[in-house]
Amino acid sequence: MTESLYNQAIIEAGKDKSHAGRLEHPDATATADNPLCGDRVTLDLCTEHGTITDLAHTTRGCLLTKAAAALLVRHARGRPLGEARALQTRAKAYLEGESAEPPFAELAVMAPVKAVKSRHDCVTIAFDALAEAAAHAGEEQPK
Amino acid sequence: MTANAAHPTSTGATATRPGRDLRRHFPIFRHVEQPFHFLDNAATGQICEAAAEALLHFETRARANVKRGVYRLADRATAAFDAARATMARYIGETEKNSVVFTSGATAALNIVAHGLAARLRSGDEILLTTLEHHSNIVPWQLAAEARGAVLKAIPVTDEGRLDLDQLDRLVGPKTRIIAATHVSNVTGAVTDLQRLRAAADSVDAVLVVDGAQRAPHGPIDVKSLGCDLYAFSAHKMFAATGAGVLWGKPELLESFAPLLGGGEMIKHVTFEKTSFAPPPHRFEAGTPPIGAVLAMAAAADWLATLDWRMLAEHELTLTARLLDGLQTLNGIRIIGPSGLQQRLGVVSFEVDGVHAHDICQLADQLEGVALRGGHHCCQPLMARFATDATARASLAPYNDSADIDALVRGLDRTIRLLT
Repeated sequence: MTESLYNQAIIEAGKDKSHAGRLEHPDATATADNPLCGDRVTLDLCTEHGTITDLAHTTRGCLLTKAAAALLVRHARGRPLGEARALQTRAKAYLEGESAEPPFAELAVMAPVKAVKSRHDCVTIAFDALAEAAAHAGEEQPK
Repeated sequence: MTANAAHPTSTGATATRPGRDLRRHFPIFRHVEQPFHFLDNAATGQICEAAAEALLHFETRARANVKRGVYRLADRATAAFDAARATMARYIGETEKNSVVFTSGATAALNIVAHGLAARLRSGDEILLTTLEHHSNIVPWQLAAEARGAVLKAIPVTDEGRLDLDQLDRLVGPKTRIIAATHVSNVTGAVTDLQRLRAAADSVDAVLVVDGAQRAPHGPIDVKSLGCDLYAFSAHKMFAATGAGVLWGKPELLESFAPLLGGGEMIKHVTFEKTSFAPPPHRFEAGTPPIGAVLAMAAAADWLATLDWRMLAEHELTLTARLLDGLQTLNGIRIIGPSGLQQRLGVVSFEVDGVHAHDICQLADQLEGVALRGGHHCCQPLMARFATDATARASLAPYNDSADIDALVRGLDRTIRLLT
């Protein structure tokens, strides 16, 4: 049996509804899908002078998808818009084991997911949505 | 319990009992980490010993290409491939082996059919599908319909996950050219009343195409008594290797189809000006076929034909009843499919209130070693019908036993306690 994927921190994050829903006047919106299972994250964001000032997510999916979206939205508020693409890349590298460091400390709760390849996309689709929304917001993202 | 109409009468009997006794014929159960309760048979069945040995024998002791070489090994491979065609014909109640086309699976078979039948469609013609269909019996028809200006319609599904065939009068009309339906739903387990579809097709001279992928693992079939015109299934679901499948068709239909793929082995003669095609089945078998997988499929079919399918069907229904009863003891379960045992096979889809299907599947494996499938099962229109994105699904094979069911119910109970 693998290490539990469902540690208490993931369960708690999955239940966090504090940034769930839609923003009234987002500057950008993006939706990312997991075609494997139909899970979907829609992410709205507002920006000001290159900084993400507000986010909200509507997530239809499993606990891992919801938890990752909640953690990401919590982290990204106040971060430079230009970080979105790097967060996406670093999240994938972390899950693939190419990097020992999670893209931000709170995402370390997802460590057990590394060993379960078929669930990586559950974690990363929120990052895909953020990267796309950030790109829509009109700023060139660093690689 | 009555024998299900999806099962023909038994074709023979051996001393092999269903459940644990049958597992000695499936190598996976000797090798995989325990506990291992495999309830994902609708996705793929485990390979049986006969098929595994046939595959290994061909690849290590008898490997040569077919229909080409004249040396002894090549000749034996060609003869074995030809014999496999006769075996598969026998498995589906056909005497004419050339009515059996070897494909890479049911998906390829359905694509050959949709491509072949597209040529006879005119703008405004109708193709009648069903809401139960797997994407492999939807998307090829959409491609055909788009190319020809035809219209897709779908037979709706009742709240019990069965086809609402009372709608046939409304849906079948003079423009209906094709009816394409699954024999057994890969989500609800419901068995389609093909006789009613046959009658509807006959009333407007339409072609009846049947996706038999979920039915083929449950014993020999008699395609002629089913009343269909074309029938498709995959080897890997019937306890053989991945990469092979069968398209059966009435000779006059297959003869009328243009090939989907061009290449070697499907021609009569090629010049740069024109190619004349080989007759069926070779017309649809361009390139080197999956020889080992075809031989394995035939070995599986031969072995399956020795089993007592009346007993095995009874066994699967007993387990299905145990599963349905077990689910009823849990809180927040919604079954997507028939609540009873009539006209169904052992496929049970369900949702748990407040818990996503993938979380159910992950924890079923983690807590109890139960292999389930979660997701849309390549049936997104059916998911939409039941206003959901994903279900968890348990699907049975004759080697399952009550311990598998009990482990699933126990795992679900623990999951619900953990996540709700």
